[in-house]
Amino acid sequence: MPDKYAEEKMIQLTINDQKLTIPEGRTLLEACREHGIYIPTLCYHPALEPFGACRLCMVEVSFSPRPPRIVASCVTPCETGMQVYTDTPAVRKSRKMTAELMLSEAHHSTELQLIARNLGVDTLRYQAPSDDDCILCGLCVRACKEIVGVSAITTIYRGFSKQVSPPFQIESSTCIGCGTCVLVCPTNAIKLEDISEFANNRYDPQNIMRADEILVDDSPGVYRALRKRQLQPGSNGHGNNA
Amino acid sequence: MNRINTIADLDYWQESLKVDQPEGLAQVTVCGGTGCRAYGSEKVWKAFETELSSIQADVDLVYEVKPTGCHGFCEKGPLVVIRPQGIFYVHVQVKDVPEIIRETLLGGKIIERLLYTDPVEGKKIIHEEDVPFYKHQHRFVLGLNGIIDPVKIEDYIAKGGYQSLKKALTTLSPLEVIEEVKQSGLRGRGGAGFTTGVKWELCRNNIKTGTDGGYIICNADEGDPGAYMDRSVMEGNPHSVIEGMIIGAYAIGVHQGYVYIRAEYPLAVQNLRVAIEQAEAAGLLGEDILGNGFDFSLGIRLGAGAFVCGEETALMASIEGRTGEPRSRPPYPAESGLWGKPSNINNVETWANIPLIIARSGQQYASLGTQNSKGTKIFSLVGKINNTGLVEVPMGITLRQIVYDIGGGIPNGKRFKAAQLGGPSGGCIPAEHLDTQIDYESLKRLGAIMGSGGMVIADEDTCMVDFARYFMSFTQEESCGKCVPCRVGTKAMLDTLERICAGEGKIEDIDYLEELGNHIKEASLCGLGQTAPNPVLSTIRYFREEYEAHILDKTCPAKVCKALITYRVDESLCTGCTACKIACPAGAIFGESKEAHVIDEDLCIRCGMCMSTCRFNAIEVV
Repeated sequence: MPDKYAEEKMIQLTINDQKLTIPEGRTLLEACREHGIYIPTLCYHPALEPFGACRLCMVEVSFSPRPPRIVASCVTPCETGMQVYTDTPAVRKSRKMTAELMLSEAHHSTELQLIARNLGVDTLRYQAPSDDDCILCGLCVRACKEIVGVSAITTIYRGFSKQVSPPFQIESSTCIGCGTCVLVCPTNAIKLEDISEFANNRYDPQNIMRADEILVDDSPGVYRALRKRQLQPGSNGHGNNA
Repeated sequence: MNRINTIADLDYWQESLKVDQPEGLAQVTVCGGTGCRAYGSEKVWKAFETELSSIQADVDLVYEVKPTGCHGFCEKGPLVVIRPQGIFYVHVQVKDVPEIIRETLLGGKIIERLLYTDPVEGKKIIHEEDVPFYKHQHRFVLGLNGIIDPVKIEDYIAKGGYQSLKKALTTLSPLEVIEEVKQSGLRGRGGAGFTTGVKWELCRNNIKTGTDGGYIICNADEGDPGAYMDRSVMEGNPHSVIEGMIIGAYAIGVHQGYVYIRAEYPLAVQNLRVAIEQAEAAGLLGEDILGNGFDFSLGIRLGAGAFVCGEETALMASIEGRTGEPRSRPPYPAESGLWGKPSNINNVETWANIPLIIARSGQQYASLGTQNSKGTKIFSLVGKINNTGLVEVPMGITLRQIVYDIGGGIPNGKRFKAAQLGGPSGGCIPAEHLDTQIDYESLKRLGAIMGSGGMVIADEDTCMVDFARYFMSFTQEESCGKCVPCRVGTKAMLDTLERICAGEGKIEDIDYLEELGNHIKEASLCGLGQTAPNPVLSTIRYFREEYEAHILDKTCPAKVCKALITYRVDESLCTGCTACKIACPAGAIFGESKEAHVIDEDLCIRCGMCMSTCRFNAIEVV
């Protein structure tokens, strides 16, 4: 254990029957990742606050006096005495069902198709009336808020109508065109477009209604940097296909 | 109003009010709840006031007109009770007012026409306390609702209001208050039924170790379709909620509270605002309450109408001014709640129970109810029931007693089919479980929940698939959309149910609904998703054959689902009066006068207008 943890309080728990000692304050997901235990995630990013929305990182926890239950590991803190199982039939089934629902919402997304196939989804029993690849994982919104610090985009509406948009669906005056939202999107639902011919080099309120239409300006450095990146799953810190 | 600075001031005020308002005062109380107001009760009491003041100079008649909170019997509004006799008039209109004054107030005679008729025995009932709807209730939290004027703090004080606060502040330590609440066995009335005293203790312990205080919150974001008990408590007796919160703040050790109330409850907001202002003016809120050195202030925050904001973490986000989206727990509000500080959230009915517990004792309160569910619970009894309204019953009463003794049974002699408990988060209880005791555990065993207390009654004409579809459409609409199982899963369930109702279901849909429903319950982030599939799962559990009939036989046994029914004219009964033909908005009925008519199935939109127009019962649904 590195020295910087010497002062920290430690938590004893078992993950897949393996006894582990973890510094206090870690989530189950962080503990698993640190010990090389695979857990699929989509809405998690190590640089952002955990969100608990995609529900792919489910694990089974036995922690008396409560009966065993399935929890999202990205938002569940490690506690002494927990017995965690990351690959039980119940866990696999839960992840598969969620992946199936997610894919039914964005079935054109090749990234998602790959994730769903890896989690055992072979048929789609339901097809949601949706025509974009946004799965509302919130990475773009959180990155814009927590990393860029401008909150130029948010989610609007609720339930199945929810979508990513600049607040009030009007042109954002805070967007700096950095393209971070494009970079973190796991399903490539946000596209980068060159809008330099427009007099206004920020969001065009007529077009910016959906996540996949968010336009980012072409301040030259940013533009080139983004174009060079290959936005493949796994290359952006999600760790799904690592 | 003078500020109350000491305990003696409060006692003196109460005593002088008791002199002004002696027991047995002649009063005309008119229900001023939202339901009765919709029926025009405001005009009724204004009419009483005008008429009485115009004749009071001539005759010796001293009657005080008092608009009160909701009496609960909303079916029969506007309600008027003449006290002290307790004469109970229903459906009173402005035109009845002069007659009531002339006959009843002056002449001492009863007006038969305005009396309530018992639907079971068919006889007229004169006094409020003899009406079966009230007779079998145990009106505890709602006790003062039909008696006091909610916007007069004097009325509440005269009836012993703020005496529990006095008792708590002067004779009990904060820990002793928590102990009383724990002993009372009170469990949260908002849904999950967590033990209130334990919740307070957890929050208090976190505040003690922390440095910068915490908050208490009243969850008044009542959103279940057909449930309105919290609204009625706030409209009819707002000071009871305020008193409960001050006691709670004292026990937990916080100095700021918020009431999070939905803006769709304008009367409740108004009455609560008035009550808070009065309590502040009287020194019951603010600094140095009752000269005891304890400070507490209370603010109102309005919700914008999202059902999910009744979930505690979403509610706190909304108070903070962020999007009303739930977050994962832990940390629980007791550890890190509003603005990251320890916070304690209880719902309106829970807070309103607190003064009643302290006034007696925890132990005495616990004598009412069952082993693990104590006290009373207010249900809003709606749907296919004779006596629609708010009923407050002791825990442990059976569903049959509520439906038949209090509710007066099902209208038109129909058969009881099921009761949906706990609104869109709850489940249905079928006729074979009518004798189930109402308490937290037994409802859970049957797949329903206590919830906040919505009770929707379904009769034999209710299609359970359509019933489940309705509740699913509600939760699907109200899902915040943050987590995948709830956002996409509820949509998938709703679309599947709609297909079944449209006669396009497949037999494997039932298994899919069950599998998906259980998955949503298990994997969703917050209580909304974790309970949303309950109406579907419980109707499949008890009424699977109705689902199968829709799918396999393409019929709707209750004859509700439009795609699966046909309207037909019984030629032997049809007189050819043409009434249906005129009424049909689709022009789907053909036939000459005095000859049997026919309905064109292709043009028919299945609105049922013909059936309700026909005076010869010649229209049938097949």
